[in-house]
Formats: sequence, structure tokens, C-alpha cells
Amino acid sequence: MITISLRHRYPGVEIDIAFVAPTPGTTVLFGPSGSGKSTVISAVSGLLRVDRGHVSLDGEVLLDTGHGVWVEPELRRIGLVFQDARLFPHMNVDANLRYGLRRAPAGPIRFDDVVDLLGIAPLLARQPHTLSGGERQRVGIGRALLSQPRLLLLDEPLASLDDARRADILPYLLRLKSSLALPMLYVTHSLPELSLLADTVVLLEGGKLRASGPIAELASDASLPLAVRDDAGTVLDLVVEDHDHARQLTRLASSDLRLVVPLVANSPGALVRVRIPAREIILAAEIPSAISVHNALEFHVRRVVDDPLRHAALVEITKGDSVLLARVTPDAVQRLALVPGAAVVALVKSTSIDVLTPG
Amino acid sequence: MIVGFSPDELQAIRLSLAVAARAVGFGLPLACLVAAALARGRFVGRGVLDIVVHLPLVLPPVVVGWLLLLTFGLRGQIGGLLHDWFGIRLVFTTEGAALACAVMSFPLMVRTIRLSLDAIDPGLIEAARTLGAGRLDRLFSIVLPLALPGIVVGAVVAFAASLGEFGAVITFAANIPGQTQTLPLAIYTALQQPEGEAVAARLSLVSVSLAVTGLLISEFLGRRLRARLGR
Repeated sequence: MITISLRHRYPGVEIDIAFVAPTPGTTVLFGPSGSGKSTVISAVSGLLRVDRGHVSLDGEVLLDTGHGVWVEPELRRIGLVFQDARLFPHMNVDANLRYGLRRAPAGPIRFDDVVDLLGIAPLLARQPHTLSGGERQRVGIGRALLSQPRLLLLDEPLASLDDARRADILPYLLRLKSSLALPMLYVTHSLPELSLLADTVVLLEGGKLRASGPIAELASDASLPLAVRDDAGTVLDLVVEDHDHARQLTRLASSDLRLVVPLVANSPGALVRVRIPAREIILAAEIPSAISVHNALEFHVRRVVDDPLRHAALVEITKGDSVLLARVTPDAVQRLALVPGAAVVALVKSTSIDVLTPG
Repeated sequence: MIVGFSPDELQAIRLSLAVAARAVGFGLPLACLVAAALARGRFVGRGVLDIVVHLPLVLPPVVVGWLLLLTFGLRGQIGGLLHDWFGIRLVFTTEGAALACAVMSFPLMVRTIRLSLDAIDPGLIEAARTLGAGRLDRLFSIVLPLALPGIVVGAVVAFAASLGEFGAVITFAANIPGQTQTLPLAIYTALQQPEGEAVAARLSLVSVSLAVTGLLISEFLGRRLRARLGR
């Protein structure tokens, strides 16, 4: 468990943030620029000495201004991946990767595995200035991993890359997450990165904590800023139940839900993450008979929140512990009498469910 | 071409090289420290240090030589101590000539080294910290290698400048053949003699070629080292 609480005053902004992040697991710090995301990262790494604060990692106190505790960054064993890679220009890729490795106590993360995981074997002899932005970032991630960190901080690692490069690196980050039990704090303001990587979300706004919790809860909370985005949607982790090769469909399930999606390659039993955009969910009073939609599920309305900017309403619907977020018009809310507790049918086209973790 | 030089002329050339080498050898480590202090340090008297270090660049060399005489002469504060305690005498010796050259070329070294230190991205040092490198470790693994182009160029330029130092050397160390008579002093002496034109011309040619070689070397090394860093 990572506990973080800090106060720091910049000219014009006061940062005052406290939250707890579970370990292992990936916690995404999400918010607009100036919300305090990078301050958290700097304070946890020790590169910034905050005015007041307390940081502990799995019980070890790294910072406690109240008791004068401050562990030097070089002794914290916390890896940091910078937005701009910061590779050492006078060393080739191999020497960059081994810089932290040579200074770290023996650990479980092996050189060959990291090189393999990040696909950087062909780059080992190159100098940093000959690498592309995406390659540089992969080396930066590898270098941080090899310092055998107890926690990996990633400060907008993809922000300086174009969309194509970003799409190149995301799978590596996903492999990293699934193959190492390394806790990560990941800063981003990109919703796709959040949806793909987060277990826990910490929402920051103007230097304050807005909300924190499991992604499935926060992504479909109609009262949070995530919900009023155009691309708002529900994030669900489901298990592959079986494939119907003849009909080219895959059935996914959780304890509460069963969803049908176009055939995926993940084998039965595998965990997949899906995202259902709020605007793609159709609400109905009853299950229609002849319709192309595969997914017609019975829910109950939990809450209805106005989205006045879009002349729309955000409807939280629940089934068991699962919550979905749907965006409909206020007129639909009226006609279907969507009030808390009302029964409702959600229609979700199988093709509008994004499978984020393809096999 | 060497065949054309008289033993006295060869002696002046060799002496100049030796004096310049000593000046850079002693001055360089100190110049690195001072440059680091000026680039990174925050301490009282930083501004004063900055001015004192740069004074030889703007003072008449004769004045610098005379100030050295006052401090390092046998009756000077430091010179007296050195002589009484260690039996070291700097005035009118080769070491004295090297000291004068070191002081005169010191600001050249400090300036180039400081510029290269300022050019180091502090983010790289932060990165090294998060990777477990302590202060000394960072100095030797990151700061010095990245400042190397500046250090090398500074040393070569200071060496070339030391070969040509006249005023401070003749004031502090005098003009003693074989001991303090470096190239420019030998040229000056030759020009005082009725038939000395040819000697002066030959030695001047040597001066010019040494200076040009020095600048070429510094340019070449600087370029190579910078290319390795991708700049």
C-alpha cells in the first residue's frame, strides 16, 4: 500500500492531496494540466521537497515532514519514467539500461527479460540521439525497470509521442503490467491510457483530490468529470466464457453480466477489459423481440444526473455490483420514467463494445 | 626545420612547452572546482569570486605580474611562508613562470568549463538520482563526462595562451634564459639585439604554428566529443 498526503504551495496554486493506492496494482493519476499530478510524482520520487507531507510505501516511511524524515531519492528504490526519457547522451542504450541495474541490489528483474519485453534488443549498441521518440521512451522504461524498483512512477510517458507511436508502446506497458507484480503510479490525461491500464484511479482537479477508487466505479460515476466527457464510458473486467466460431461471437461474463462481442482471440478463462461508451447504450422499457442487438440486459436505475452542456442525461444503471453508464436525452428519461429504482433494459450492440486487451 | 634552430632557441621552445604544461596541469583541477562552484553553488562571496577569477582577463598582464610579486615574492604573504616552511621559491624560477601563466589562463579555463556545466540538463542528474546514483557517483558518471568537451577545449586554449604569455611572466619571473625565458620573451630579447631579426622571425613562426595547432586540436576534440553526445 502506498499512502500519500502532501501540501505544497506554488505561486498561484496550492496543492493539497491525500490518497491511498493499493500495491501491487496500477494507480492512474488523472486530471488536467496543473491539477497536481506531476507534483505527486515528484514528491514520491523525492526530487521535489514538498512543504508538508507524508509518503509511505508498504509500511516504510519515505517522507514525513512532521518528524523530519526524508529519504534521499537515490536510496528510495523508486523507478521514474520521465515524459522526455532523459537517456544519458554519453552512453549507448546498453549502458543506459545497465546504469540503474549496476547500482541496485540483486533483484528479480532480469536484463534479457526487459530487453525482450520492450523489444529493444536491436537498439542496444545505438546512441540515444539516433533513436526515435518511441524507442527512447521504451529504453527509458527499461532503464527504470532494471533499477529493481519497489514502485514504478510513470510521468506522462506517452505525452511527447504522436498517436501512432503511442499505439506502439501501449501494448508494451500492458505486458509490463501483466507480467510483473510491480506497483505503478501512472500519470496521464489520456482517457484511452486510463481505461487500458488503471486498476485504481485518482482524479485530481486544481491541486485537490476529486475522487479515488477502482476504475470500474469511477468510470461510471455520473457525478465525476470523467462522465461528462464526450467519450465517457464504462470499464469492465470480464472473463472469456466461450467462443462460438460458427456465429463468430465470443461470450464474456462476470458474476453479474454476460456480454456478447465479435470473436476475440483470447482463450477461454482469460481476463479481458472492455469499454462501453455511454452514448452507445440504448435504454428500453422491455426486451424487444426481433432486433440485431445481441446484448439486452435487465438493470435498475441507480441515479440520473443532468448533462446540461450536451442537453443530455447520464443514467447509472446497476445489476448486482456492476454499474453501467448510459447517456440519453432528457426526453428519454421522461418517456421511460427513469427514476432511481426503476427497472430498465440496456441494449448494447456487440460491435460497440471495445475490447481493450486483445489476445 | 629543427636543424635551423640554435640550442638557445630550442631551449626556449622546450621551456615554453614545459611552462604551459605545468600551468594547465596545476590550473585545470582548480578551474574545474571554481567553475562548478560558480555554476551550481550558492554561497556568500560567489559574486566576488566570479570577479576575482576573471580579473586577469581584463587587467594589464604587468599588473597581474606585479600583484603576484607582492603575494608570492619572498617578502609576500604566501611567498614568504612557502620559502620559510618548504624552501620553495617562485620568483625568478620556471615554477614562477608557470604560476604566472596559470593565473593568466585561469579565466579562460573557468569560462569554458562553466559554460559546459551550465549546458548539462539538470533532468539527467535527477534521472541518475532516481537510478540510485549518489552525489560523487553522479559527478563521475554524468557531470564530468558531459562536461568533458568543455574541459578539454578549455585546457587546450589555456595551453596555447600560456605559450604566449609575456607581461605577467617577465614581471614576476623575469627573463632568465633556460629558466623563465619562454618563446615570447626570447622573441622580445632577440628583437633588442642588432642582428636578432632572423631569430625573432623563426621563433615567431614557431609561436604561430603552435597557436594554430592548439586551436585546431581544440576544435577537433570539441567537435568529436560533441558528436558523440549528438549535439
